[in-house]
Amino acid sequence: MGVDLTSFAESVGDQTAGSVWIVGQQTRIAAPTGVRQVQAPSGVYDLQPDEMTVVCGAGTPINELQEALGAVGQYVNLPLNSSYSGTVGGALAQGHGDIYRLGRGALRDSLLQVRFVNHDGHVVMAGGPTVKNVSGFDLCRLFVGSFGQLGFIGETILRTRPLPKSSRWFYIEQTSMSSIDAILQRVYRPASVLTNGQSVWFCIEGHPLDCDDTIKQLTPILANILEVSGPPDLRSFPYRRSVSPVQLSKLLSSETEDSHLIVEAGVGIIHSKAPTQSPDIEPPVALIHQRILHEFNPTGRLNPGINLISGMTQ
Amino acid sequence: MTSDVSVQPISQRLVNQLRQALDPRRVHTEAADIDLYKSDASNIKGRAGVVCFPVTTHEVQAIVRICAEFNQPFVARGSGTGLAGGATPIDGSVVISTAKMNRLISVDPVNRFAWIEPGMLNLDLTREVSQHDLHFAPDPSSQQSCTIGGNVANNSGGPHCLADGVTSSHILACEVVLSDGSLVMLGGEEPEPHGLDLRGAFIGSEGMFGITTKICVRLTQNYTAVKTMLMDFTTVQSGAETVSAIIAAGMVPAALEMMDQLCLEAVEAYIHAGLPTDAAAALLVEVSGLPHAVNEESQRITEIGRSHGARTIRVAQDEAERALLWKGRKTAFGAIARIKPNYYLHDTVVPRRKLNEVLQEVYRIAREHDLLVLNVFHAGDGNLHPLLVFDKREPGVMERVHSAGQEIIRVSVEAGGVLSGEHGIGLEKRDFMPMMFGPHDLQAQASMRSAFDPLGIANPFKVLPSPSRCGDAHDIGEGMWV
Repeated sequence: MGVDLTSFAESVGDQTAGSVWIVGQQTRIAAPTGVRQVQAPSGVYDLQPDEMTVVCGAGTPINELQEALGAVGQYVNLPLNSSYSGTVGGALAQGHGDIYRLGRGALRDSLLQVRFVNHDGHVVMAGGPTVKNVSGFDLCRLFVGSFGQLGFIGETILRTRPLPKSSRWFYIEQTSMSSIDAILQRVYRPASVLTNGQSVWFCIEGHPLDCDDTIKQLTPILANILEVSGPPDLRSFPYRRSVSPVQLSKLLSSETEDSHLIVEAGVGIIHSKAPTQSPDIEPPVALIHQRILHEFNPTGRLNPGINLISGMTQ
Repeated sequence: MTSDVSVQPISQRLVNQLRQALDPRRVHTEAADIDLYKSDASNIKGRAGVVCFPVTTHEVQAIVRICAEFNQPFVARGSGTGLAGGATPIDGSVVISTAKMNRLISVDPVNRFAWIEPGMLNLDLTREVSQHDLHFAPDPSSQQSCTIGGNVANNSGGPHCLADGVTSSHILACEVVLSDGSLVMLGGEEPEPHGLDLRGAFIGSEGMFGITTKICVRLTQNYTAVKTMLMDFTTVQSGAETVSAIIAAGMVPAALEMMDQLCLEAVEAYIHAGLPTDAAAALLVEVSGLPHAVNEESQRITEIGRSHGARTIRVAQDEAERALLWKGRKTAFGAIARIKPNYYLHDTVVPRRKLNEVLQEVYRIAREHDLLVLNVFHAGDGNLHPLLVFDKREPGVMERVHSAGQEIIRVSVEAGGVLSGEHGIGLEKRDFMPMMFGPHDLQAQASMRSAFDPLGIANPFKVLPSPSRCGDAHDIGEGMWV
């Protein structure tokens, strides 16, 4: 069962309809003033636990979707925003993973199929409804993190996963990069390893007895492992950037105050209190971006003001 | 044919320039040499104009620049194990073999990634990193001979991709030579590079967006416990329902494969593994991870199997028995030569809950076309591999094979499935794309391609539909895996 996108496509309109901006809950990017706004359909339309897929409108609140999935023992790897809300379409448009990326993988891998409204008001389908598919080019990957620049997503088919039997957080107050390396190498597929350079928080998911055994095996190497209720509160670290995980130890050791950063070890996401400049895209890669945008948003009417190449939103 | 380029005969001037750009001994034009490159492992034959063996990125750039200057199409090739004609050169294209670019460049065992060259074999990579208790998760059945560059081009899968995902989930970055010879890095060691996910768009583009010359792969920790089970059923329906029930119970096994009776018979005659040849279907289920989870899940899977009518459940008692069961699965295609000398393999995906319904249709189609069909496939993700076996010397058989194949694809798509789960579109299914995609959908894909390759010389005429297609049957190679 799919979502009827007819009225959504009509609201986006064709080239003559002028600039248009898609809004969800406006918790990730605020819509600019003076631009006509549209909203994607909302709702969970088809949840198939034995397929591990779910069909939903892009305007569906992530909390609502997770609640529906939780009732059948599943979840979808989509992050909430910093205020613990947001829509499916917003999360996909932004493309940022959450702190469980080390174990659960990238957000982009959750998207199986999209139906979107293109710059000319036509409904276009990309990807496929099954959990495995290599039929044609992988346009879905391009949509994740595209900030609505390639088309406005109306319907998604997402891959779901079984909820882990347990998800437990542990904390070591005094640590070093070598200890973090030990966690990364000795813990079987940790879900998350966070550090500020002084302390480390790590999450193990799976069978509770396997989790107990893992901690027992770590104890001779790493002293004073405490089980805690969850990860550190990242709300005071609202900015993020992405670096090679290899650079993290150097970056942390150069910080004069350890409270400025929390990094995702083994991944390379840095959460910080102050904004940082993203590096410029290399010119040949920027040229591909320009060509793609010329093909998919030739007049720039979809979400005007976003600059994917500089990363700046106006 | 698509109209982005017109293929010209290879000019001697082009060949001369190629021989100046790289060691002339690595530029082949003699018929006896280049005939080997007229197709991949599919049944579709083309014609290579010249075959080059670069050893550096710089040489690949030089070859591509020369092709661009002459508006000459080029085709990248790894080991040529593709099954959809993706690496089949059309009408004298320049074949660029990455087989000599096969080095492991570096490994970071803590952050679990490695840089490699595209010609590295899939299994060689896993062997090289096994000292760190790591492996490369995608494991196509051809993993002994397929290259990682080919895996990237096809977004390859494999039996163990059910839990860990296909190639796209395991590639962090690709260095790519575009069709004008320029060099770009798509993606990176960093998890969220700025801008669009061009890395993700490139993976699975079947050589039509450029040629990858260096790849950063994500490595996966090895499991500490594993259980491999073979359960057999008196009906295909019971086996298929067991697959859905396992997934619905919240478990994603490492692998969940199905073989039907004709396949079991062929494999048993080939390897003598004690397979249940009187069963209608058997499931090969593997659970891996940490010991408590593996024990609990294997118990639950056993209970689910029994409740769905499994007659016997054989649990591999040691690594040797596990290897034997997997040998049965992976050599199934070699075993088929004992039934008929030729085969045509299909690759579609259907929703798991439609497995039985579509399999019954596959049997009906084969019956109506007077053909034998075997099924050995990745049941866990609904990825069917109906295998039509025949003797091509029989008059009229090829028409029946092609007609049956087209019908199998149609019933799969009509059941809510897709054209291909892991072999790709290439030439084989190019003209079936409209079964799944409308004109606007196909235009979006064409737009994507032209953004990467505005010259239209990177492996043209593949994936995107055109009015014509060609095909022929081929012989079964001993031990050939699919």
